Amino acid sequence: MPSDTLAQHAAVPETPDKADTPRIVPQRRFGQWTAAAVVLVLLALAVNSVLRNDAFQWDVVADYFTTTAVLRGLWLTLWLTAVVMVLGFALGTLLAAFRLSANPVLRAVSWGYVWLFRSIPILVQLLLWFNIGALYPRILGVKTVDLLGPVTVAVIGLTLHEAAYAAEVVRGGILSVDRGQIEAAQALGLSRWRRWRRIVLPQAMRSIVPPAGNMLIGTLKGTSIVSVIAVQDLLYSVQLVYHRTYQVIPLLMVATVWYTVVTSLLGVGQYYVEKHYARGTERTR
Amino acid sequence: MSVMVDIRSVHKSFGPLHVLKGIDLTVRTGEVTVVLGPSGSGKSTLLRTVNHLEKVDRGVISVDGALVGYRRSGDRLRELPEREVLRQRTRIGFVFQNFHLFPHLTVLENITEAPVSALKRPRREAAEAARRLLARVGLADKADAYPRQLSGGQQQRVAIARALALEPRLLLFDEPTSALDPELVGEVLDVIRDLARQGTTMIVVTHEIGFAREVADTVVFMDDGRIVEQGPPADVLDRPRHERTRAFVSKVL
Repeated sequence: MPSDTLAQHAAVPETPDKADTPRIVPQRRFGQWTAAAVVLVLLALAVNSVLRNDAFQWDVVADYFTTTAVLRGLWLTLWLTAVVMVLGFALGTLLAAFRLSANPVLRAVSWGYVWLFRSIPILVQLLLWFNIGALYPRILGVKTVDLLGPVTVAVIGLTLHEAAYAAEVVRGGILSVDRGQIEAAQALGLSRWRRWRRIVLPQAMRSIVPPAGNMLIGTLKGTSIVSVIAVQDLLYSVQLVYHRTYQVIPLLMVATVWYTVVTSLLGVGQYYVEKHYARGTERTR
Repeated sequence: MSVMVDIRSVHKSFGPLHVLKGIDLTVRTGEVTVVLGPSGSGKSTLLRTVNHLEKVDRGVISVDGALVGYRRSGDRLRELPEREVLRQRTRIGFVFQNFHLFPHLTVLENITEAPVSALKRPRREAAEAARRLLARVGLADKADAYPRQLSGGQQQRVAIARALALEPRLLLFDEPTSALDPELVGEVLDVIRDLARQGTTMIVVTHEIGFAREVADTVVFMDDGRIVEQGPPADVLDRPRHERTRAFVSKVL
């Protein structure tokens, strides 16, 4: 019996000549070609209508693109975004730590915060903070309206809103780190702070960065909501111009293009940050 | 010979599950103790209580003359602050079934992390020591690799080097070869065998009976949260006195 098997095995390896093997023809994908053609035509029509529509007034867009008023608005939008992101994530990380703590009071407080601030629309919240003087006319002896100007109100409102979402993002990142990593660090005698900073956080960052990048871009555009309380951000700055000149569309295009430019730059930045935290995830060197 | 580990009437429950039901065990300095037993017998939990990764509900454990995780005050045991527990752990090496190497750090960084941060060793000195340890486990050329680029056997050898970097008085192994492909088990056991030969005090939880027979000074057989039988491998493995030990040994061999 074993010799039979051997004989059969020996008979198999007859590699057929290349010339004899039939040529392989991939399936023709007519549907894909048609779909691509239709989409390209529609895209061309759309681009054409934008470029050929004089109502966009691209020359006016160019005129206002780098005026002092617009750049000032852009600057406010940028630093407001930065401040809200930093403060929001700082508070969010604290809330995530509360939520994951062994202390039931801290857990409940964190849960309650996230529930409350995710429930209130940001627009409603900003208007409430803007009118907080009606509830507390004076804070520490100072008139509330003097203490909380529109910009301060914008920072407070956006930060509190941001923190609720950041808390969930950070919590998700921490939970994604294998429990064994913490045990190994404990077994090696690493201090609580060192475990957190050197072992947990760098690994959590891999799952935190993509949604955080999403939030950063969302916040950048979301800050435009502060125009309702007359904070002179990018949107409000162009609004001020078009209320005067009635060139509504070209000035909105100024804001649109700036938002797009900054968003694109942030996307590039995110790529490098992600690459940094992906260390050790590939099998090959 | 002096006593390295002294475990006295240790009890541990997880909720309603009584996992350790009064364990007494002594490990002498320089000896290798191998703990055998079916899954769920409590052997891993016992090992984890030795460096306070699990807190005991009752009983005392001392390592190298000091109570682990507690200090005695009158007739009570008060739990030590975390800082103290961490300091105690630097003298007890622990090797996990699933290695638990830090994936975002290189092999060298994995090994130097604890000496640098917990023992405040200068980084350069720690790196030199780490390279010597890597050579000892046969991985001198892998210092700059990331854990995921290594085979399971290599990762476990790095994990052993990482535990050794603290120059512990005692090494604990929690099923060090159970997560490995069969052909990689040998290289890890070789390293542990080598450590045994050099007189390292160890407690090894494992399913490798052949290894126990060869390396152990004492074999402990656990079942259902109790130590059923203990003694030299020749006694416990070849002439088991208890029915349960006999059944287990015949099944595994």
